[in-house]
Amino acid sequence: MSVLDLSAAPQPPLSATRRVGVVLIALVAALSLLGPLIVQGDPYAQSLMKALAGPDAAAPLGYDHLGRSVFHRLAYALRLSPVIALAAVMTAGAAGLALGTLSAAKGGWIDRCLVMLADALLALPGLLLILMVLAMVPGTALGFWAGLSLVLWVEFFRLTRAATRETLASPAVQASRLLGFGAAYVFRVHIWPEIAPMMLTAAAFGTATAIMAIAALGFVHVGMRAPTPELGLMMVELLPYWREAPLALLAPVLATFALLLGLTLLAGSRKT
Amino acid sequence: MSAIVSRLVQALMVAILIGTATFVMMRSLPGDAAWRIAAGRYGYDNVDAAAADAVRAELGLDGPAHMALLQWLGDLVRLDFGNSLVTGQPVVDEIAHQLGASASLALVAVLLSLVIGPPLGILAGLRPGGRLDRALLVTSTGIKAVPQFLVALVLIVILAVQLRWLPAAGHGAARHFILPSLTLALGLAAVNARIARDAMARIADMPFWRFAQWKGLSERQTLLRHGLRNVSVPLITYLGLQFVTLVEGVIIVESVFGWPGIGHALVHAIFSRDVPMVQGTALVLGLGFVLVNAAIDLAIRHLDPRTAA
Repeated sequence: MSVLDLSAAPQPPLSATRRVGVVLIALVAALSLLGPLIVQGDPYAQSLMKALAGPDAAAPLGYDHLGRSVFHRLAYALRLSPVIALAAVMTAGAAGLALGTLSAAKGGWIDRCLVMLADALLALPGLLLILMVLAMVPGTALGFWAGLSLVLWVEFFRLTRAATRETLASPAVQASRLLGFGAAYVFRVHIWPEIAPMMLTAAAFGTATAIMAIAALGFVHVGMRAPTPELGLMMVELLPYWREAPLALLAPVLATFALLLGLTLLAGSRKT
Repeated sequence: MSAIVSRLVQALMVAILIGTATFVMMRSLPGDAAWRIAAGRYGYDNVDAAAADAVRAELGLDGPAHMALLQWLGDLVRLDFGNSLVTGQPVVDEIAHQLGASASLALVAVLLSLVIGPPLGILAGLRPGGRLDRALLVTSTGIKAVPQFLVALVLIVILAVQLRWLPAAGHGAARHFILPSLTLALGLAAVNARIARDAMARIADMPFWRFAQWKGLSERQTLLRHGLRNVSVPLITYLGLQFVTLVEGVIIVESVFGWPGIGHALVHAIFSRDVPMVQGTALVLGLGFVLVNAAIDLAIRHLDPRTAA
């Protein structure tokens, strides 16, 4: 039965809300990846003559307080945080998956120690951990990656461990083992199909959390440093000028909102 | 009983984790910590090598690492958190001073979120699929996708800058509470409302609920006698888990609104590498989570005795 399941490769059907989420993410990705190709420009080039000027052909979203093109800064900012977030989610997902499976399969002391560690990390606010890692690791992007991975693996670990324990106790796995199949086979055929749909949800939530954390720390001046184009940093830089250049502030706000809403919708309900 | 033991183990792990992490942080900080601390004390323009050496000698910044770790954790066990490297005051005093401001802000925010979220959620859960239910789903999904600093930004721009109804930042008067606590409460309420809605919809679908109405109770009576207590169990459980979200929100919101609380202090301590302050604030936040959740375990047992069995 399980062998047939694998060949069919059960693909969770995308619901309407999830599809809306995918469209939103695709729009933001198109803006950030294709935008600078269509309208060429430099996110760092300053021209104080144009400070807070409105949109023109070279800068479709106008200029910021230092006369830099908001469009190009936004496009680069929309590459930076998602790339860090995705790298962290992949690291955290791999670590959580490996440790969660190990924990469920071995049990005993390994299980107890990992669960204690995960519970302790769960009690600490993610931003606190990220701030501490940022203070230890040289390089802000590297620090964000390490800190976010440290925060995010717990969720993957807990999901994997719970699902794997349940699956390992099932008659199907017992039958497989009696037939002499090894651990790798059991993981591939029995465990992974159970976990895979949950992984998408957890990964989308994790990416949204990571992007939010990077932007939030940028906004309070403890994340990315100027002049790096970063979403939170752009907002806090442009906040004092929002009367003169409302579009320059609205652009990163709306882009961040669209990206995070897209990820939240893609994640869907936590129960799936 | 086992719940309390596991919470104690969790508290111990939190303490060891933070103790070791802050120790590593102390040791591995890039750059010369002595210069940073001297700059924090005397101002960036007044630092020279002599001042840095004085700080290094005073704080014993050079020495063997493994002994220092044992001594560090030993101090932790004796609840000796040391002095702040920047102000020179005992960390305990500094935190006691800031904790009040943060706790009052967090408490107001939680109460406000409980006033906004669960009543809407219960009303929506009584009519699943109704107009309120659908509107609530859209609103709460939308709010959940907005980072808290963005909520703060929108509230500041509209209520403080544009309409000039409320102060954008500050601390002291009651009116200073409104914007920061509303920022926190909106995020919490978006989740609260969904939890209450799901619990209410589930309970209203149960046979005992229909029986209560069939025997002649009005909807209001059914809700008060049979509904609220059942809804409160998942709501309170979730409140404990939200504590971490709340603390994260407090860190951001305090920095945005200039609130003199523990989150603000933590950000400053990390910025100026004031490791004893980082350790103290992190411990208070981590152990606070364990304590709140232990209290919630007990409260749940009281509300729903079935869980004790």
